[in-house]
Amino acid sequence: MTFDRAMVAHIAELAKLQLSDEESERFAAQLSDILAYAERLQALDTEAIPPTASVLPLRNVLRPDVVEPSLPRGEALANAPDSADGQFRVDAILDSEGGAA
Amino acid sequence: MPAYEAVIGLEVHAELETASKMFCACAVVDSTSAEPNTVTCPVCLGMPGALPVVNQRAVEMGLRVGLALNCAIPPFSQFARKSYFYPDLPKGYQISQYEYPLAINGWLEIDLPDGMTKRVRIRRAHLEEDTGKLTHTDGHSLVDLNRAGVPLLEIVSEADLRSAEEAEIYARKLVAILRYLGVNSGDMSKGVLRIEPNISVRPVGSSEFRTRTEIKNLNSIRSLARASAYEIERQIALWEAGGQVQQATLGWDEARQVTVVQRVKESADDYRYFPEPDLPVLEIGPAWVEDVRMGLPELPDARRDRFMGQFGLSRYDAAVLVAEQAVAAYFEAAVTAGGDPKGVANYLTGEVFRLMNSEGRDRQDIGAIRLTPPALAALVTLVRQGTITHGVARQLVETLYAAGGDPAALVAAHGLAQVSDADVLGEAVARTLDAHPGEVARYLAGEEKLLKFLMGLVMRELRGQADAQVVARLLAAQLAQRRG
Ligand SMILES: [Zn+2]
Repeated sequence: MTFDRAMVAHIAELAKLQLSDEESERFAAQLSDILAYAERLQALDTEAIPPTASVLPLRNVLRPDVVEPSLPRGEALANAPDSADGQFRVDAILDSEGGAA
Repeated sequence: MPAYEAVIGLEVHAELETASKMFCACAVVDSTSAEPNTVTCPVCLGMPGALPVVNQRAVEMGLRVGLALNCAIPPFSQFARKSYFYPDLPKGYQISQYEYPLAINGWLEIDLPDGMTKRVRIRRAHLEEDTGKLTHTDGHSLVDLNRAGVPLLEIVSEADLRSAEEAEIYARKLVAILRYLGVNSGDMSKGVLRIEPNISVRPVGSSEFRTRTEIKNLNSIRSLARASAYEIERQIALWEAGGQVQQATLGWDEARQVTVVQRVKESADDYRYFPEPDLPVLEIGPAWVEDVRMGLPELPDARRDRFMGQFGLSRYDAAVLVAEQAVAAYFEAAVTAGGDPKGVANYLTGEVFRLMNSEGRDRQDIGAIRLTPPALAALVTLVRQGTITHGVARQLVETLYAAGGDPAALVAAHGLAQVSDADVLGEAVARTLDAHPGEVARYLAGEEKLLKFLMGLVMRELRGQADAQVVARLLAAQLAQRRG
């Protein structure tokens, strides 16, 4: 599978990255190489192997519903590039740009 | 113009009332009033290296809802990362469920206005984490992450609803069930429950599915009803004008009462879901499921059926009483205190609801009114025994609602007992007729509608404390005598 400019543009859009034409060109080639390398896995016969998301033999790792102290607000905000009124401050975001739930 | 019908599915996001968050031990607080960013930690801040751990109680609450909605609980459940970039979740993804949700293929039965019932299919209910809150200011957005990581259950219906009214009925019932289960307060003003309908329209009788729109984040059932009704009309008008409905995410403008486009969808959302590598899968065996099922409370439908069978209530009255758990409990307390069930139901859904409505009191707060269940029971008994009339009882409900007290004592203190002595009643009738010779003459001359007027005068003379049927009989007899 090769990556064309349109696919790079789509991924960049999802990642909210702005790429120049030159970057798109370069990343298309690089991503194609990476995918080609990973595609070698397709040669393996996985017919008999169930889909696996984790190789750890862990199941039902749960915690009781007990509250523990949170961080002091000053510490929570300490690493933020910008804050105001006890809140993280970011460049203006319009509601229409996304959001999940 | 052909008749149209709506095709509506509902996504309901319900915060689960756990003590701590979904994947960390931060407290769940009222996000509308808590100081911003006072309950965060490396996990819900998305710090590198922090690891989430699933809150067991949230899983159990999700299972309760799933079972109450008649869902199957798959033996295998998995969390997934839903990738998107928005500052309301600092990780760059939301931990949700995708391929393997907690509960699937359920249904909820609703009562339609025409007396029919309808099963609305539930596609799935899955666990996820709530997002933080953004406040937009001049040139900046402020981020409060208190709510980020609060357990959220997303309950998705199939597109089985055919009108705004059906959507409203479904939402009300779902909220009632969540309250019965003790997993969500249903207090939409606190943002603990948000509803998102997806809506399309089509000619009645058609089975096609036309382009649909989705209205985001409705925060009251009234908004759901109004926004859906508006959007249905908007789409019908568009099709009728030869236009096309465009696939879009809409918002509801509460002030202008219109839907507004937030985002036009040119392609399907692309969230690049993949299994959450930081969380081991959940295996939910039959023993666990049965354990949760055994712990379910009596739900609204079962309680309604019991009220009908045990107390002889109509389906409608029973449904009104059970719609709010607190009302059902109040009713049962009054019946236990000796009140006649039908009488209690009548005064409760009539006078008491009217008084509560008039002061804007929510029915879930009925436990706080001054008129106690035993007092209402005593009142109903006084009416049944013929001690007081319905008219006096209605006044007493108002008095007791305002100030509390004991009905029997009030009746004695204010001389409200019904006058049933035929001599006393007969004298009142005679007195009234003597005082209005003109009207009596006109009645006897054939003006029959004056009978009602004379009856009213007599009842007023008796301050409403008389059995109206007895009075009517005496009045008719005395008028006949005067006809001579
Ligand atoms: Zn936390």
